Amino acid sequence: MAREYDVVVLGGGLMGAAIGYGLARLGRRTAILDEGDIAFRASRGNFSLVWVQSKGLGMPAYSSWTRRSAERWSGFAAELKDETGVDCALQQPGGFTLLLSDAEMERRIAFLAKLHAQPGFEPYPYEIWDRSRVRQVFPGIGPEVVGASFCPLDGHLNALRAFRASHAAFAARGGDYFPHHTIEKVEPLAGGGFRIDTPGSGFTAAKVVLAAGTGNARLGPMLGLHAPVRPQRGQALVTEKASPFLTHPVVNLRQTDEGGIMIGDSQEEAGFDTSLGLGVLAVMARRAARMFPEVGRLNVVRTWSALRVMTKDGFPIYQQSETAPGAFLCNCHSGVTLAAAHAALLAPMIDAGRLDDTLLGAFSTRRFDVPASA
Amino acid sequence: MNLPELRDTYDVVVVGAGPAGMSAATAAAAQGASVLLVDEGVGPGGQIYRAVTTTPLTDRAVLGVDYWKGEEVAQAFAASGAAYLSGATVWHLDGERHLGFSVGGEARLVQAGQVVLATGALERPFPIAGWTLPGVLSVGAAQTLLKAQGMTATGRVVIAGCGPLLWLLASQYVAAGKPPALILDTTPAANWRRALSHLPSFLLTPYARKGMKLMARVRRAVRIVSGVTELAIEGETHAERITYRRGNAAPMTVPVDHVLLHQGVTPNLNLPAAAGCELEWNEPQACFQPRTDAWGQTTQPGIWLAGDGAGIAGAEAAASRGTLAGLAAACALGRIDAAARDRLATPVQAQLALQSRGRAFLDRLYRPADAFRRAADTALACRCEEVTGRQLREVADSLKVPGPNQMKTFLRCGMGPCQGRLCGLTVTETIAAARGVGPEEVGYYRLRTPVKPLTVAELATLHSTEDERRAVERG
Amino acid sequence: MFQRLPEDARAPLSFLLDGEPVQGRAGDSVAAALLALGRDACRETAVSGAPRGGYCMMGVCFDCLVTIDGVGNRQACLVPLRDGMEVETQHGRREPGR
Repeated sequence: MAREYDVVVLGGGLMGAAIGYGLARLGRRTAILDEGDIAFRASRGNFSLVWVQSKGLGMPAYSSWTRRSAERWSGFAAELKDETGVDCALQQPGGFTLLLSDAEMERRIAFLAKLHAQPGFEPYPYEIWDRSRVRQVFPGIGPEVVGASFCPLDGHLNALRAFRASHAAFAARGGDYFPHHTIEKVEPLAGGGFRIDTPGSGFTAAKVVLAAGTGNARLGPMLGLHAPVRPQRGQALVTEKASPFLTHPVVNLRQTDEGGIMIGDSQEEAGFDTSLGLGVLAVMARRAARMFPEVGRLNVVRTWSALRVMTKDGFPIYQQSETAPGAFLCNCHSGVTLAAAHAALLAPMIDAGRLDDTLLGAFSTRRFDVPASA
Repeated sequence: MNLPELRDTYDVVVVGAGPAGMSAATAAAAQGASVLLVDEGVGPGGQIYRAVTTTPLTDRAVLGVDYWKGEEVAQAFAASGAAYLSGATVWHLDGERHLGFSVGGEARLVQAGQVVLATGALERPFPIAGWTLPGVLSVGAAQTLLKAQGMTATGRVVIAGCGPLLWLLASQYVAAGKPPALILDTTPAANWRRALSHLPSFLLTPYARKGMKLMARVRRAVRIVSGVTELAIEGETHAERITYRRGNAAPMTVPVDHVLLHQGVTPNLNLPAAAGCELEWNEPQACFQPRTDAWGQTTQPGIWLAGDGAGIAGAEAAASRGTLAGLAAACALGRIDAAARDRLATPVQAQLALQSRGRAFLDRLYRPADAFRRAADTALACRCEEVTGRQLREVADSLKVPGPNQMKTFLRCGMGPCQGRLCGLTVTETIAAARGVGPEEVGYYRLRTPVKPLTVAELATLHSTEDERRAVERG
Repeated sequence: MFQRLPEDARAPLSFLLDGEPVQGRAGDSVAAALLALGRDACRETAVSGAPRGGYCMMGVCFDCLVTIDGVGNRQACLVPLRDGMEVETQHGRREPGR
């Protein structure tokens, strides 16, 4: 006896939970199928940033989509709080990339100029600050900090609470969550709709959303979808709780609402290996101490090593299957920043059976079909 | 040993200076291996033989004959030629046997040919309401204060819980002339039925006779209430009262100055687990332990585990297992061949078999009641992040939480500095009860480096490669 | 509080507790010295401000955290008392620079 739903979301990470909540809020009977307690779960190992600065070199539409989500985040956070009582502690005071040498400063200025100069890029405010201006915001800045790039649209939140709130809101809206339901097979049905098989249970649904992160590579082809995603390792560490002293997030160092200082991050092509590397952690620790010497005294209480869901070009994928309409492939590595857009904009598109071409056309998998040699 | 004398590599590195660690170091050194023993404490002894070389309690009758057995182990270790680094906190061990530790705020890395972990046990959490109030300590803490500093708790001292260590501490307090006011025994009456079939073999052991004498001495001097099924400690900023219940009887409240809690000890998992050693559930002892073979080999080649850290069996068994692990490590290094190892091991294995008798009875008799292994509604399941039993159960149900790692994500339990040492079992058992499955199916926290805190500045002193630098500095 | 048995003949040590001159004994851990002075609580937590003192005396509970010689969040049960040490009770989160 298969369980019937309007939509089944494959994957219970932040992306699946946000989309699931968005659909449940529209009144659709929605299920989320998820793995167990030990799984790769990028949702557990991210930096909690809602970040606009730096995104979109090679795809201006990504910057626009990111901005849309950042603009909607405060509404989304308020909604989650109303639904569940859980406060995501969203703060959008603007964010910094700190620069520790003149060479870094020059490269940053050039990069941002190039980013904004792209045809079709929607410009937004950003500033290059010198050291004395940075010191006004961060009095404890280290002597090597020469300046920073600042974007008023950047911010951060407590991603673990956002994750919990998304799941709680999904449940509050009548969504059904099934852990320990790894997908064995998903296939389109002759009369329309889909059948999903997991060990011990079967499901049918009018629509299916593939939000299984790196797992989409296996699931996509079952529905005529190509998901060129790979794991990209990122390590980070967090300190004991400290009194608040950092008012703004830096792209690789932030103080959480709980007080701990989060220090990151690495980009490593290591396959599915989530080992920790002391050498990598040491580099991050050194850089953190150069940015904020006071941080050196704090105790590291936790580290993590998680796998980003990295698409072939680093930009999100949103694609409806052409051979099996109603199946939607969704992948990104900025699941925190984009969660608001996923709940508020993507979910209604999935519900309507059509991804808006203006907003999301650039993210189609057709971009990967361009032959290597022209 | 001074830090400048520390070398980069050793044949065998032993972690922990309790009976298992000291014995492993002594055995490996005797076979010509270069051995380094690192321990967090100021002197040898671990917990059970804490301060055995420095205790101010020179009247041996107070701490008892079993404690003083540690002196011999410590003397053999001191004469073994093993290098010994005290005050060293280990925060890292990996599958390649790189060991990271800190001494005096300085981080160091050592490469070991073989590693013997002897990090012992810690007290099982006792998550009742008020267990975090000042004035409430574990029985083990009280015992450490007695051994190492010759101190006893003052005023109305109530000891609550179950297990041999509880009786031992009570008898030591009586021998010191400071009998506690009351013992609230939570040993479940139903346990006698399960333990009975193992009683005959227990009665043949020296523990039986000693234990009964010890309990008789305590009973003469202290009021004991047994069959306690509910406990709660109350007070504003300090423990002031304890309320207890026996089954359906009316609750009773008594004033307290101190409450000492104990419901057994469980293996200290953090270092072996972070090193990649697989864990298994020990059903009679209701705890997780790293999977080991008869020599102490864990699932990580070259990493051995000896003593209570491999499964609770007491101090004397720990010494035997330490010796076996030390011999096995020396053999793995090629210092002795398997035949010599086996020959040396035979008498130790015979001793171990004797020392392990009676364990099955004690495990079953003193298995804490389910209710005391899961946090009461208002009790803090996670002391560090202040998560209550009620919060655990609510989220376990409403979000269908599969295990402790997802629970950690949702409620932060296990994210504090203790890294789950005082909440791991509670959280797993609470989720298991909510899901209606066994703890082995639910699993445990995923534990990672650093298993003890070190500063960002210390971490910054470690070496990195150019590739590692580029993985981080991409600007 | 905890009291010392009469057998304890170890030498006294002087140290400062929240600025006040007090005494302990050679061989005390800082945590033991605090208990002997009747200080069952040594801090207020970073999460709720609840009072806490050491629970395990073996370095696993992280409740005996105090500031020693200007460095915060030291596990008092693992630090041997030294003559002239400056020990301070903690209130909430770790202060930057301490």
